[in-house]
Amino acid sequence: MDFDLTEEQQQIRDMVHDLCLERVEPRAAEIDESGEFPWDIKDLFAKHDILAIPFTPEYGGVSGSALTLLVAIEEISKFCVTSSLILSVQSLGSLPIWLAGTEQQKRKYLPPLARGEQLAAFALTESGSGSDAGGMRTRAIKRGDTYVMNGSKTFITGGSVADTIVVFARTDQQADAPARDISAFIVEKTMPGFKLGKLEKKMGIRGSPTAQLFFEDMMVPVANRLGKEGEGFKLAMQVLDHSRPGIAAQALGIAEGAFDLARRYAGERRQFGKPIMEFQGIQFMLADMATQIEAARALTYAAGDALDRDMPAITAGSSMAKLFASDTAMRVTTDAVQILGGYGYLRDFPAERMMRDAKITQIYEGTNEIQRLVIAREVLKEKA
Amino acid sequence: MDLSLSPEQQEIRKLVRDFAQREVKPRAEAIDHSGAFPRDLVDRAAALGLLGILVPDAYQGAGLDHLSFAIFVEEVARYSASTAGILDVHGSVGTEPIVLFGTEEQKRRWLPDLAQGRKLAAFALTEPEAGSDAAHLKTVATRSGHGYVLNGSKIFITNAGEAGLYIVMASTRPGSGAEGITAFLVGGDNPGLKVGPRFKKMGLNGSAIAEVHLDNCAVDEADRLGDEGQGFRIAMRALDSGRIGISAQAVGLAQGALDDAVAYAKERKQFAKPIAELQTIQNKIADMAVKIRAARWMTWKAAALCDAGRPFTREASMAKLFSTDAAMDITLDALQVFGGYGYLEEYPMARRVRDAKACQIYEGTNQVQRVVIAREMVRT
Repeated sequence: MDFDLTEEQQQIRDMVHDLCLERVEPRAAEIDESGEFPWDIKDLFAKHDILAIPFTPEYGGVSGSALTLLVAIEEISKFCVTSSLILSVQSLGSLPIWLAGTEQQKRKYLPPLARGEQLAAFALTESGSGSDAGGMRTRAIKRGDTYVMNGSKTFITGGSVADTIVVFARTDQQADAPARDISAFIVEKTMPGFKLGKLEKKMGIRGSPTAQLFFEDMMVPVANRLGKEGEGFKLAMQVLDHSRPGIAAQALGIAEGAFDLARRYAGERRQFGKPIMEFQGIQFMLADMATQIEAARALTYAAGDALDRDMPAITAGSSMAKLFASDTAMRVTTDAVQILGGYGYLRDFPAERMMRDAKITQIYEGTNEIQRLVIAREVLKEKA
Repeated sequence: MDLSLSPEQQEIRKLVRDFAQREVKPRAEAIDHSGAFPRDLVDRAAALGLLGILVPDAYQGAGLDHLSFAIFVEEVARYSASTAGILDVHGSVGTEPIVLFGTEEQKRRWLPDLAQGRKLAAFALTEPEAGSDAAHLKTVATRSGHGYVLNGSKIFITNAGEAGLYIVMASTRPGSGAEGITAFLVGGDNPGLKVGPRFKKMGLNGSAIAEVHLDNCAVDEADRLGDEGQGFRIAMRALDSGRIGISAQAVGLAQGALDDAVAYAKERKQFAKPIAELQTIQNKIADMAVKIRAARWMTWKAAALCDAGRPFTREASMAKLFSTDAAMDITLDALQVFGGYGYLEEYPMARRVRDAKACQIYEGTNQVQRVVIAREMVRT
């Protein structure tokens, strides 16, 4: 059993780390304050092939390894979660094409995403269907060579900056189960009838645009359908199995960033004549934070390793990583604010931003309540 | 990264799982109720070659790695944590110090007997007044002719009275703390070694835990393990890998509790459906499963680092801390799933809760683990 990253993965990790330390960390507070999408960071990531990590070389990428992607997301998240989302969403939005696309669809859409010339997004959630994704109402009616799509999507990360968006919609009202009449489509933002709604104001990940999308008689060519009609829901779930470890990696990175900050501060801050690190009250908090992070990393990397080794049952492992790592990020960032005391509560230090950013990891790509249902279902399925 | 078990490790897993299911499971309840030391299971494990997992082939051991040892302890602990504790202490802290620090002569003298199960081993560090603060033990070893004379008392010694070998830590330079501690190999038949009555405990019934008194206990110079003053380092190294074993024991306890809770939740009907269909039960099952998965990876990672000859102190402490806290939470939750039945001793749920508590305490309380982890943090 080998828990080490390969040399190539270590190189990518170090490259991403150094680049983020130099270029991303100094921007993080600004990005949060302004709430604007950091195009400069997107260009930086494109230039250094970071956005090419989710893709294999045949489609213009540099890796395609799930674990390598997780490590890159983790590193960026230590410094700026908003910036990490540029990479995560590039992966999330392209995964349906990667998993279900025809060779032609892959050749058309993946290379510009790998080069970072275009951005991707994934549009599943609607205002009335969050955890209950099967209850969506957006419809795509087939008329000859095109589908006419009507409806709206909400909470779409990167929706306002994306060029290519995979949209899930109902194609047939005759299916016996609501989930079985959902299909997936590759939508381009230039398609007539595609409209952007408002951008949400959020507690955290403030530079990552969360958009509403509207489709008004939008014409989508049949050639842009991913897989067969009715296979969309299955595809969405398959995508989430692949993408949830990415949220785990993000949460892991946030936790590590907050832990490093708290540890440094505890070593420097003196009270009662000695560094507060020397008090057991602080030591035990730090030890618990470090241990939870170690557990979260184990689950996250194991999920990546399972994906890379094409293991048959990945659902539970992916959900476990997402659930545990995001709960860990919330606890660790809250404790980091606590260790920094009053300073932790100030915008002058990144601790409070990390805590605000951590909260979303417990919510998106399936709330942690949904993860528990998914995990329980898988555990109950196993034979005794 | 490749987190798959090797074919050899899979083989061991199959073997020990089969042993645990066929031999340990049917005996677990009786061992707990009677409190009698399960010599029969120790002998059966010995017959399968499971008592010398970490002992090299050259000394009649199985010559396997720490990951295999962790798998062994976990599988036994799924059904009987006390039996797992006996086998763990023997195979880990009781035997490994000789593998690592023994002379050729000491290895030849002790390892074949330990590996074949002709003798059980015990590790005697803790004293009534030196628990977490082990460096301040009071047992002394005084030079006498070609050997030493040991005097003092040890407490909480697993396998006491059953062991044929005790690794005893004593001070050869009283008053000099950790620097003065030296390790000795003391035979169970040494007339100066006396074992007190077995403690009555909350759990781990069947595991013989008692005081060990060293009363003018004479040993040869050849029975000193390592150099004078090296004892504390030997003990800390033993405990580092010992913690992998305790972590594995906790994972096994937790896995056994989850297995039973899942089976019960599928059968037990309330409100006209199995309680497994209620979200509150599903949430418990999910949280249990996640913690077990994380605990197992942490245990295996510490073991893999140890096997690769790399530093693993931090990882072993984290694994021990995380797994044993998880085992406490999980055994309590699993009992709760059983409701009133869980509180009855005719089900294994209450026993697991009682057994899990020990894991948070021994081989370094979880408070000491936090100190170790924090110390490693300052170092890096």
